[in-house]
Amino acid sequence: MSKAKTLYDKLWDDHVVRSEDDGTALLYIDRHLVHEVTSPQAFEGLRLAGRKPWRSSSIVAVPDHNVPTTDRSQGITDPVAKLQVETLDSNCKAFGLTEFTMSDVRQGIVHVIGPEQGATLPGMTVVCGDSHTSTHGAFGALAFGIGTSEVEHVLATQCLMQNKSKNMLVSVDGEVGVGVTAKDIVLAIIGKLGTAGGTGYAIEFGGDAIRALSIEGRMTVCNMAIEAGARAGMVAVDDTTIDYVKGRPYSPTGETLEKAVAYWSTLHSDDGAHFDEVIHINAADIKPQVTWGTSPEMVVDIESRVPNPDDESDRVKADGMRKALAYMGLEAGTPISEIAVDKVFIGSCTNSRIEDLRDAAKIAEGKKVADNIKLAMVVPGSGLVKKQAEEEGLDKIFIEAGFEWREPGCSMCLAMNADRLEAGERCASTSNRNFEGRQGQGGRTHLVSPAMAAAAAIKGHFADATELN
Amino acid sequence: MQAFTQHTGIVAPMDRPNVDTDAIIPKQFLKSIKRSGFGPNAFDDWRYLDEGGPDIDNAGRRINPDFILNQPPFDKATILLARENFGCGSSREHAVWALDDFGFRVVIAPSFADIFYNNSFKNGLLPIVLDADVVDELFKRIAEKPGLEISIDLEAQTVSCEGEEIASFEIDAFRKHNMLNGLDDIALTLQHADEIKAYEEKRKQSAPWLF
Repeated sequence: MSKAKTLYDKLWDDHVVRSEDDGTALLYIDRHLVHEVTSPQAFEGLRLAGRKPWRSSSIVAVPDHNVPTTDRSQGITDPVAKLQVETLDSNCKAFGLTEFTMSDVRQGIVHVIGPEQGATLPGMTVVCGDSHTSTHGAFGALAFGIGTSEVEHVLATQCLMQNKSKNMLVSVDGEVGVGVTAKDIVLAIIGKLGTAGGTGYAIEFGGDAIRALSIEGRMTVCNMAIEAGARAGMVAVDDTTIDYVKGRPYSPTGETLEKAVAYWSTLHSDDGAHFDEVIHINAADIKPQVTWGTSPEMVVDIESRVPNPDDESDRVKADGMRKALAYMGLEAGTPISEIAVDKVFIGSCTNSRIEDLRDAAKIAEGKKVADNIKLAMVVPGSGLVKKQAEEEGLDKIFIEAGFEWREPGCSMCLAMNADRLEAGERCASTSNRNFEGRQGQGGRTHLVSPAMAAAAAIKGHFADATELN
Repeated sequence: MQAFTQHTGIVAPMDRPNVDTDAIIPKQFLKSIKRSGFGPNAFDDWRYLDEGGPDIDNAGRRINPDFILNQPPFDKATILLARENFGCGSSREHAVWALDDFGFRVVIAPSFADIFYNNSFKNGLLPIVLDADVVDELFKRIAEKPGLEISIDLEAQTVSCEGEEIASFEIDAFRKHNMLNGLDDIALTLQHADEIKAYEEKRKQSAPWLF
């Protein structure tokens, strides 16, 4: 009998083209997602070396980071951003690559549109010049972010030189309480693991609470694996995965689909497979989460208070906490529910899919955004998510409550476009990073779920969405 | 890629954990379609008191005198000493380009984020992992003697200070070889083009939906 393998072992083994003596492997890449920010230098490198893309059909490109989320009829006004998006357009045209341009209804955040189109399939290796590529692991795929040199490497060779990571299982056991979402689960995991806890590992998320999640919820969890330090996060394939994948534009059909499903059904860790590290989390203990600091590991639940650095015994950590409190303009001991916010952002590759918008709309329905909120915005993850939300009337719920309803893109998650925080502004955000300056220089970010962001918009301060609903 | 064999230089202490790539090069500079020119805006939010941008001339900006890289002799540093999880967050290789363009050849930390670590090797910037207590000791020595120089020998995998070897470090044999010789990764991989094609042919049979 062959050795019991983890899901990661299986995905890895199926993609090794060759190995060096020290274990470095040449790994074959099935899907290469490309966006405007991390690709221009890679295409330029390719040209300078007189090379061409190895397999054009593996590439799906889309502009997302730099696109405006307001009226696009005039194009992009920022000339530098405009040049970058035009550079992607011209590179895709020159090399004959599929691109969903800014005017295409399929345009959106790269990690939303890949799965939406069926361009992400179970068992694939998926890369993109973006750390949140881990999102695609939700499909039982090996998906990870790469730098621009590696983007060029994949373009030129369809492969990457990689060292295998260690295996970690994060098992979320039991059931979560009513109203506790995938975002709360993953923030709780990061709170426990720390932002470097997953460094050097590929994390498989398992346990009843993960199995119970929709594929969109699993994407939210895998999306933030990188925030725990792991380049790749993944969830085993089950009926939920296969049902989601079937019938999408890039998905196989007919006999090929049957063959694919037979293979996909093997994509889970074998009984007795060895994990280098196993973490258990009790789902019932997870309450709605809110980050208080400048690193995603600085997270507590809505019933807690801002922690005190004096209680931390590790000097480096305590110093980090003090710096974070100073930056965030918070005092230790303040109840989280008493922290007032200025802006609310619902969007990003973590939380901009239809279920996220439904969760937020459920809280906002029939209510008004509080007077102290300067801006509450909803940015759908793709043109198709936007369309579906409008068909369901979610846009009206948001607009009537006082939210702005925008065009799809990365938007205020990283504030490359005009959507941003001003210095000192505090934001309840469904994105993935609360780093200093991430949403605008001097801006203060608190990461929450869509329901919690909507609750903060309605109350004007953080509030338990499970009670508000 | 520029080769790396040995290097001696001033060490700048950046005494905070989780220095993320957003901090190393803020997003507004990522709109560039070039690989060069990021050095003047490395650590922009910390380095200046007012806001910068791709079309703002740094000459007219207010320098933050408290930021370590604005203080001599650290403004001439070529080795950066940091705490845990350096380079976490975004995959932006612009962070490595910015450090390189600033003049750094080496970053020393107790741990690095995986993508940053990988990106560094592609650009001849050597990331060195040392035990947290060795890093702590280095912070102390620099505090006592600002401008302290240390020497890195990649072939020997050693770190030396004031004529004395203070630590050795681990590095994958393959990466070390490529870095010592400044090899082009893509050209190396293309030497195996036949194997890649053979793999593809096999996969077309076993998993046709991928093609």
